Amino acid sequence: MTDKTMTPEEAVSRLHSGMTLGIGGWGSRRKPMALVRALLRSEITDLTVVAYGGPDVGMLAAAGKIRKLVAPFATLDSIPLEPHFRAARQRGAFALTEVDEAMFMWGLHAAANRLPFLPVRAGLGSDVMRVNPGLKTVTSPYEDGETFVAMPALRLDAALVHVNRADRLGNGQYLGPDPYFDDLFCEAADHAYLSCERLVDGFADAVPQTLLVKRHSVTGVVETPNGAHFTSCAPDYGRDEPLQKLYATTPWPQFAERFLHGDEKTYQSAVQAWHEEQR
Amino acid sequence: MTTPSTTTRAEYCVIACAEAWRDNGEVLASPMGTIPSIGARLAKRTFSPDLLLTDGEAMIVGLDGATEGWLPYRQHLAMVTGGRRHVMMGASQLDRFGNQNISCIGDWARPDRQLLGVRGAPVNTLNNPVSYWVPRHSPRVFVPKVDMISGVGYDSAAAAGPSATRYHRIPRVVTNLGVLDFETGDRTMRLASLHPGVTVAEAEEATGFPLVRPDEVPATREPTPEELRLIREVIDPEGLRDGEVPV
Repeated sequence: MTDKTMTPEEAVSRLHSGMTLGIGGWGSRRKPMALVRALLRSEITDLTVVAYGGPDVGMLAAAGKIRKLVAPFATLDSIPLEPHFRAARQRGAFALTEVDEAMFMWGLHAAANRLPFLPVRAGLGSDVMRVNPGLKTVTSPYEDGETFVAMPALRLDAALVHVNRADRLGNGQYLGPDPYFDDLFCEAADHAYLSCERLVDGFADAVPQTLLVKRHSVTGVVETPNGAHFTSCAPDYGRDEPLQKLYATTPWPQFAERFLHGDEKTYQSAVQAWHEEQR
Repeated sequence: MTTPSTTTRAEYCVIACAEAWRDNGEVLASPMGTIPSIGARLAKRTFSPDLLLTDGEAMIVGLDGATEGWLPYRQHLAMVTGGRRHVMMGASQLDRFGNQNISCIGDWARPDRQLLGVRGAPVNTLNNPVSYWVPRHSPRVFVPKVDMISGVGYDSAAAAGPSATRYHRIPRVVTNLGVLDFETGDRTMRLASLHPGVTVAEAEEATGFPLVRPDEVPATREPTPEELRLIREVIDPEGLRDGEVPV
């Protein structure tokens, strides 16, 4: 069977400018940050990013790589407002498709099921309809005759997700309290790149419900220990709150210069060095 | 013996928030903010014992914090659309029909201040009861018209038709000054009660549109001695409530 393991650089080399890219996790929780950092090191730009936004969105926005964002929010959770997303919006740096959290989920479901849309009640009466003039409604053919928003499929060229464990074939396991929507991101995408804390040889002793991502929806597997840092990756580690705070309060060029000037190993060493300075 | 005069403003706010979940039955109470969280726990410890609470992430927990169920985001969204939930959200702006904004201030295309985004406000307001908590009642929050309708108000729901109004309900808005609701013929915001010590003039001055009100505005009810004991000794012994609404 196909060994799909690759480096972050190899995964990113398969992406290109102008793509529609889904990013898993939620806010500042289990984001595929090592893959995002590899993306930041690349020449790729002009992206349509589809995400429950966190620092992934903030960093890509700060680096000027987003042409359009599809999202219901961007937040750092413990810091409610994502500063770089915020600054980019306020300078009109990218187009935004702002939808509700549930609409977003149904858009992924529609894409995973190869449907053009799914009906949702959410959105009606809100300014989501005003700021997305392309959104259409659909009327039930049954007796109720109700009208709903026809949430279009959020089909992705590629998805990036991060889980706790994976095998070389692309099966992924989450061990924390919430799967978020990472399986849906993979199923909604033509290609998915799955990073993990640790590669394993199989899941013989696994609790079956933890086996979230199936290999048929995965193109590449990347082992990146601490690869969700500084977002949380329970139970392997929690959010690095001091580093996140530094990210949120440091001008972007300065933060990038200190932490993002080299490869992933350089990043992890820079983080360690910073923490040692704080003691 | 505790006398009503010793009750703090934050404690009246807790009572007013707790009352939002009275007679709700077996639904998920989703409080956002410190005082709504204390209020939901008080309601569950007293008059609404069947409420469900979460740990703020993916677990349904009892009052002692022990897990009783699992509620990851995907199932949480199903609970929202199934309607067995009453959320108390925050609001950066609220208008007299209950339209709420947490998305951005100014022109949406290029906002003066980008906030969170609409989050789940559209799905919440169309599917399960949504109350609001405003810790600093001011004309900056209570505006004639919100800049971006995130949470749907009564006029916007009516304009969008029966699918929008079917499960739409805004039971109450609790602030540091009092309680507001929409129990008026045209569903405009009404001053339902004032916390003791707050005057009608004070509430009107802090609101950027005319409030419907009776000639005599009732006072927010007094906590019982048992409720005060629960708030002070059991639910919030560290007094986090005073950090959100100062004494």
